[in-house]
Amino acid sequence: MPKKIHVQAVINGQPMDFLCEPRQSLLEVLRDELRLTGSKEGCNNGNCGACNVLLDGRLVNSCLVFGAEVQGKAVTTIEGIATAQGLHPLQQKFLEHAALQCGICTPGFIVAAKALLEKNPKPSEEQVRHWLAGNLCRCTGYDKIIRAVLDAARLGS
Amino acid sequence: MKEIDYAAPATLTEATALLARKGARALAGGTDLIVQVRENRRDAELLVDLKNIAELNTLRFDAKEGLVLGAAVPCYRIAEHPDVRKRYPGLGDGVALIGGVQIQSRASVGGNLCNASPAADSIPALIALGASAVIATPSGTRDLIPVEKFCTGPGRTILGPGELLVHLHLPPPAPNSSSAYLRFIPRKEMDIAVVGVGVALALNDNRTACVFARIALGAVGPTPLLVPEAGAALAGRPLAEADLERAAELAQAQALPISDMRGSADYRRHLVGVLVKRALRIALQRVKGG
Ligand code: FES
Ligand code: FES
Repeated sequence: MPKKIHVQAVINGQPMDFLCEPRQSLLEVLRDELRLTGSKEGCNNGNCGACNVLLDGRLVNSCLVFGAEVQGKAVTTIEGIATAQGLHPLQQKFLEHAALQCGICTPGFIVAAKALLEKNPKPSEEQVRHWLAGNLCRCTGYDKIIRAVLDAARLGS
Repeated sequence: MKEIDYAAPATLTEATALLARKGARALAGGTDLIVQVRENRRDAELLVDLKNIAELNTLRFDAKEGLVLGAAVPCYRIAEHPDVRKRYPGLGDGVALIGGVQIQSRASVGGNLCNASPAADSIPALIALGASAVIATPSGTRDLIPVEKFCTGPGRTILGPGELLVHLHLPPPAPNSSSAYLRFIPRKEMDIAVVGVGVALALNDNRTACVFARIALGAVGPTPLLVPEAGAALAGRPLAEADLERAAELAQAQALPISDMRGSADYRRHLVGVLVKRALRIALQRVKGG
């Protein structure tokens, strides 16, 4: 049996404990151990952004973080974006603009866009496109995603 | 699948002891290492996470001391640092080109150097800026080595077992100096350099002639290359177009390009000439404009 490491972290605002193997990525921990399957595995090598989460507020690819590395840190996943009051404005605008088709890339785009709007609440179209350059979508052609993000920014999310 | 261990030491002494073990690998931002390990392209029995060591997270500038850039400092901190942007713009250029936001959050310049890719975007600017690598050894001593001597081949460095890159040291910039890094890729973003060029230069007080220049090339040799003759040819010159042309030719002559899927050797050599001149013009403009 591979050795397991005990990790304590705050996931979506909740203190949590989990066990993981050293070679397990944060993405695997989230999906397989914690059953938070909102974060998706696209490429598993840092190219597509489908696995995006916030790690202590910074946008990261969770497939490029070892689970063991999040000891003592705060992780926000797509499951932590909506509130009891309802969807996050970004989620609402993705629906309104039909900014998704298969939806595999969507959690990553929403987490990434949320990180952008927190840093820059009124980004230009170019800034949105530049920020989202690390997120790939095989379906939408991006325009609807960009419009949804700009519209959410207009709403003041 | 082979078993791996993980350790996150808080001190350099612990870290060098752990890194001396067989199969130990240093882990900073992990953007190269995690993929290599998980795809079994690099052997690892022990991952030594260095991000809890204070010395490796230091980023500070002092007019006398220069820039101390901890080996585990992530790219976004460097690219956003006002002193880096102002005083070491070539380093800022290179670092800002590494990946998208997600990679910037994690990848470090120390890791970029230790991964030793010939096409690494941060290394030519470090070399041009005269950076040194400060290395901790298991016996507790510190070695200082110029960055151009750090990489010994693709994916290989001078680091021995238990040795660890602590930080990079960049000397304070000379008066009337600046720097620039340019790379060529077939698209706008998110790609690996076909050729990269880093330059640093200083002008005399009335800004009529070059005092010194250093030029370094990426992706045209087994390691990033300092091309000393090309820089030396600019000393004392007014940096007219003919001077830039001469430096570009000397850089082309010292490049050791190969042909691969990103470009032929001839194409790379051509790009070296184009980029050397462009990077020199940018650095010159930065001195004059700032
Ligand atoms: S699954 Fe992580 S970047 Fe693609
Ligand atoms: S909606 Fe299918 S990949 Fe983006």
